[in-house]
Amino acid sequence: MKHIVTAKLGLTLLAISLLSGCATQAKYDYAEFRASRPASILVLPPVNSSPDVNATYSMLSQATVPLAESGYYVLPVTLVDEAFKQNGLTAPTDIQQVPLAKLREIFGADAALYVNVRQYGTTYAVIVSETRVTAEAKLVDLRTGKTLWEGSATASSNEGNNNSGGGLVGMLVTAVISQIADSLSNRGHAIAGITSQRLLAAGRPNGILFGPRSPHYLKEGVPTP
Amino acid sequence: MTSLTKVRLCVVAAISMSALAGCVTRQQPLYYWGGYQTEVYGHFKGDKGPEEQIQALEAEREQALAKGRALPPGFQAHLAMLYGKTGRSDRLVENLEAERTQFPESATFMDFLLKKFAR
Repeated sequence: MKHIVTAKLGLTLLAISLLSGCATQAKYDYAEFRASRPASILVLPPVNSSPDVNATYSMLSQATVPLAESGYYVLPVTLVDEAFKQNGLTAPTDIQQVPLAKLREIFGADAALYVNVRQYGTTYAVIVSETRVTAEAKLVDLRTGKTLWEGSATASSNEGNNNSGGGLVGMLVTAVISQIADSLSNRGHAIAGITSQRLLAAGRPNGILFGPRSPHYLKEGVPTP
Repeated sequence: MTSLTKVRLCVVAAISMSALAGCVTRQQPLYYWGGYQTEVYGHFKGDKGPEEQIQALEAEREQALAKGRALPPGFQAHLAMLYGKTGRSDRLVENLEAERTQFPESATFMDFLLKKFAR
């Protein structure tokens, strides 16, 4: 009897937390973002906190699409990386320490994006192995030093297998994963692409705002047609 | 995996992608991406040499042109760097200038590079 009560309580709590998760998600405060309105973004090589050495460049190579399609000019990631290398900076942790004024002087970007890859890779288990990529990002104004936006996102190869918010994205994940199921080494990269999209595309809850090159620029809060 | 299952998976992927695009964006992407991102990843991993990438990207550029679509940010600058690596500095300069023309936001960095590489 006691067990049943506990289980019921657990379910109720779970339901409440799920419900509140959907209904009253805290709104991000965009005051600084709206005041700054950056047009160009410098994506710095992501710091990798995962054990997989591929994480940094896998994420970096897929960061341009969501930001550019959201209306920003994204500084060419390969030349930016090359410029740091030629100045003896190869470690993302060192690059992310470069003073903002210096970044502004060389790259001329309005804002810099600092990404940290928390999780990247496949966990092998007896029945299902899972590939998961989790990343967080911070957008900093290079003119004022103010933080304009912060966020995090995750994607997993298993999300299409259950009903926890999978939907069409889940279907897509499953399709992408199935397609490349025979090359496990690429799974991380495919999942990183979805994580990057969720993290950096505008028009998502608490995501970045649209940039000047998007037809949605300055139209946030207006219902989409 | 048989080729038939592969084909089926591709069809599923294509359908779900178009469904996704249909509900999220409702409009054509701003840029023609083609295989650009794959080239960039291949470049970072050292999978592909500059000459091989130039061939692939010039083909992408023609595709974009034929479809009347814009090249994405960084495309022409990346191509410029590849030309630089193969010693063709005229094409390097030309492509950096093309990036600056298409995206005036790149002017500071493009000028920095032009000063550095083009004497």
